[in-house]
Amino acid sequence: MNKVNIALIGNPNSGKTTLFNLLAGTNYHVANYPGITVERKYANVKYKDQNLVLHDLPGTYSLTAYSQEELVTRNFLIKDRPDLVIQVVDASNLQRNLYLTIQLLEMNIPTIIALNMVDVAEGRNKKIDISVLENKLGLRIVPTVARSGKGGNELLEAILHHSKGSEKLNITSFSYGNDIDNFLSEAVPLIGKSETESKWLALKYLENDEEVMSENSHQNFHSLLMKSVKKIENHTKNTLDTYPEVIIADYRYGAVRNILDNVVTQKDHSSRIYLSDTIDKILTQRFIGPIMLFFILYLVYKFTFWASEYPSGLLESFFGFLSETAESKLPDGLIKSLIVSGIIDGVGGVLGFTPLIFFMFFVIAILEDSGYMARMAYMLDRIFKWFGLQGNSVVPFIISGGIAGGCAVPGVMASRTIKGKKERLITILTVPFMPCGAKIPVFALLVSAFFTGDKGLAMLSITLLSWVFALIVAKIYSITIIKGENSSFIMELPPYRFPTFKGLLLHAWERTWMYIKKAGTTILAISIVLWIMMTFPQLSNEQMSVLNGKSDNEIAEFALKNSLAGKIGASLEPISKYAGFDWRTNIALVGGFAAKEVVVSTLGTAYSLGEIEADDTESLSEKIQKDPSWNLGVAISLLLFTILYAPCFVTVVAIVKETASYKWGLFSVVSNTFIAYILAVVAYQLFGVLS
Amino acid sequence: MALRLRELKKGDIAIVDRVTAEKNLGKRIRDLGIIKGAKIQIIGEAPLYDPVAIKVGDTVLTLRNNEADYIFVTKGEGKHE
Ligand SMILES: Nc1nc2c(ncn2[C@@H]2O[C@H](COP(=O)(O)OP(=O)(O)OP(=O)(O)O)[C@@H](O)[C@H]2O)c(=O)[nH]1
Ligand SMILES: [Mg+2]
Repeated sequence: MNKVNIALIGNPNSGKTTLFNLLAGTNYHVANYPGITVERKYANVKYKDQNLVLHDLPGTYSLTAYSQEELVTRNFLIKDRPDLVIQVVDASNLQRNLYLTIQLLEMNIPTIIALNMVDVAEGRNKKIDISVLENKLGLRIVPTVARSGKGGNELLEAILHHSKGSEKLNITSFSYGNDIDNFLSEAVPLIGKSETESKWLALKYLENDEEVMSENSHQNFHSLLMKSVKKIENHTKNTLDTYPEVIIADYRYGAVRNILDNVVTQKDHSSRIYLSDTIDKILTQRFIGPIMLFFILYLVYKFTFWASEYPSGLLESFFGFLSETAESKLPDGLIKSLIVSGIIDGVGGVLGFTPLIFFMFFVIAILEDSGYMARMAYMLDRIFKWFGLQGNSVVPFIISGGIAGGCAVPGVMASRTIKGKKERLITILTVPFMPCGAKIPVFALLVSAFFTGDKGLAMLSITLLSWVFALIVAKIYSITIIKGENSSFIMELPPYRFPTFKGLLLHAWERTWMYIKKAGTTILAISIVLWIMMTFPQLSNEQMSVLNGKSDNEIAEFALKNSLAGKIGASLEPISKYAGFDWRTNIALVGGFAAKEVVVSTLGTAYSLGEIEADDTESLSEKIQKDPSWNLGVAISLLLFTILYAPCFVTVVAIVKETASYKWGLFSVVSNTFIAYILAVVAYQLFGVLS
Repeated sequence: MALRLRELKKGDIAIVDRVTAEKNLGKRIRDLGIIKGAKIQIIGEAPLYDPVAIKVGDTVLTLRNNEADYIFVTKGEGKHE
C-alpha cells in the first residue's frame, strides 16, 4: 500500500510537536513558548500495516504567509500537497484556532482535527460539544491530550479510516460579503483552474500575498487580476474605509462565531480568572517582576554551579587517573605523548564540563516549559528594543550562555523565533559573545590563577560583562550597519504549565548529548590535529647537536617552538604582543577558533609538552601563575579576548546557514576578532602597567 | 467615543472599534483575534510601561505601545486595580 503523507498543522504552541512525538515515538523539542519548531521534521510510522509519513511543521496563525516559518508550512501545503492534514487545535482557545481551520477549508485539503489540550479546557470549566462541532465543520474531530498520550490511538484509527477512503470531505464555501463574493466569482473563469483553486488564488491576491503573486506573475491572468484587485481595493476604501483583507478576516471570524455558537458552554463564570493570570499578577508585576527575574536568574546560576560541582570533580579525577595510568603504563615516545597530551587532556578537559552543561540546560528547560521564558521576553522587551534587539532575543541569549554555560549553536538557531529581520540578524551576530560552556574553562582557569577573592563573584562578573559587551555591540550594529525599522513584538503569552520531568530530562539530555558528541568527534579530531602540529616537525639531528648540553626543559621548549604550531604562534607574536599574548597563547587561541573548548587543553598541552619533567601534580593554573610572562594584565586581556573573539567554527557555520549568506559568517569572524583585539590591547596596556 | 488602546489603563475593558495597521502588522493583529468587535482587557504593564499585556478572548497577548496606537477602542466599564 502507498504511503500516506500527513501534515501536522496548527497555531503556535498548540501541541503539534508533542503530538508528533507521541505518534512517531520521537523526541523533538517541545516548549511552552510560541514558535519553537522552525523547520519541517518528518518520521515514518506504521499503523496496522499502513505506512504513514508524519510531518511536523512550524506553527502558524494563518495561511497567508509573511514570516519564514509560516512560509515553510504554507508552501508544504500547496507544493507537497499532503494526503491529509491533522490540524492540532488548542481546545482552550477555539476561536483563534478555528480561524485557521476556516483557511484550511478554503484550500479544500482533507483535514482531521485533533482537539488537543482538552484537559486545559476542562480545567477552565469549558464544555465542548464535539459532535455539534463536527457537524458544523464537516470534519472529523478527535479529542486528545498529547502530553499524557490520550487520544493517540483514536487519532491513528481516524487517519486509517480516512486513508481507506471511507471519509468524504464536503466542499464548504464561505461568503465574504457581496463585494468580495462578486470579485471571486468573476475571478474564477479568469484564472481558469478548478473552482476551489481559482477562488483560493483570488483570495490570496486580495490579501496581498506577495509570494503567491510573484509566483503567478508570468500567468496570463496576473495583470487582469491585479487590476480588478486594485479596483475593489479602491471601492472598499471609498465605501467602507477599509481593505479587502480586513473584510475577509472579519468574515472568517464571523464564520467561526457562527460555528462556535452552541458548541462551547462555560459552566462556571467565576473561573474565568485563570490560575495563570493570578501568577502573572505577581511574577510580571511592574516592580516585583524585575526583582523576581533577577532572583530567579541568580538561583539558576547558583543551582547549576552547585549541582555540577561534585560530578564535575568526579569526572576530572577520573580523567586525571586515566592520564596518570597512561603516563606510567605506556612506554615513552610519540604514542604516549599523543594519548596523554593529545587525546586524554583534550577530550577529558571538555567532558569534565558535561555536568555543568547538563544542569544549565535542565534549568533552561524549566524556564522554557513553564512559560516563564515568554514572560522574560515580555519584561525585557523595552530594554532590548533600545539596543536594536527585541524581547524574543532573550531566548537565544540565554541558550547561548546568558546565565553562563550554554552553546551558541542552538542559540543562533533559536533566534528564528524573532520575527523582525533586523533584530534577528543583530541577535545572531551578538549571541556568540555569551559565556558558553566552552569558554567557561578558560574563565575558570584565569580566575583561579589570578584573582583572589570570591571566585563565584568573579565568574558572575564575567557573565555580566559579556552581556554588557553584547548589548553595546548590538547597539552599535543597529545604528551603523544593520539599520532598519523596528519590527513588531506581538506575542502570545502562553499559560503557565507544569513541566513534565520526562520532558525536562529529554530536553536537557538532547542538548548535552550534542555537547558530548562534539567532544567525541570534533574536539577529538581537533585535539589530534593540534597535537600533530605541536609535535612535528621534530628536531633534526643538527638542531639537536646545537642544543647539546642544554637542559631537557630548554630542549622541549625549543622543540615546541620549532613545530608547525609553534611557528604559527610565533609568527603572530608581532601583533599579539600588544595584547600580551605569547606564542603559546596564540596556538591556543587559533585552536580555539575550531572549538573554544580546546583553548585550555591546548594551553595545557603547550605547557606540558614544554616541560618534559612536568610535575604531574602541578595544575595548569599553577604553571601559568609561576610563568614570568603571565600577570594580571595578560589575564584580563586574555579574558576579554576570549569573551569577544571569533565565534567557533561550528557557530560560524550556523550563522551562515541561518542568515543564508557567507557574508555574515565572515563578518562575525572579522568583526568580533577586531573588537576583541582592540579591547585586549587596551586592557593589557592598562593593567600591565599597574601590575 | 473611540480611544487609542494606549490611552487605556490597567484593568480597563474595551471593545475594538477599528484597526488601522496595514500589511504585516495589520495581519498579525488580525491573526491574533484583535478585530472589530473583539473584547480586550489590559491586564498588565511591563516595568517601563511598555509593552502591555492584554487579554483577548482566552489568550494573553503582549504588544508594544506604538503597535497599540493602531488599535482604536470604545471603552466599556472595567475595574481599576
Ligand atoms: N496541558 C496540556 N499541555 C499540552 C498538551 N499538549 C502539549 N502541551 C504542552 O504545550 C506546550 C507546547 O507544546 P509543543 O508541542 O511544543 O507545541 P507546538 O505546537 O509544536 O509549538 P510550536 O512548535 O511552537 O508551533 C508544551 O509545554 C507542551 O508540554 C496537552 O494536551 N495538554
Ligand atoms: Mg513544535
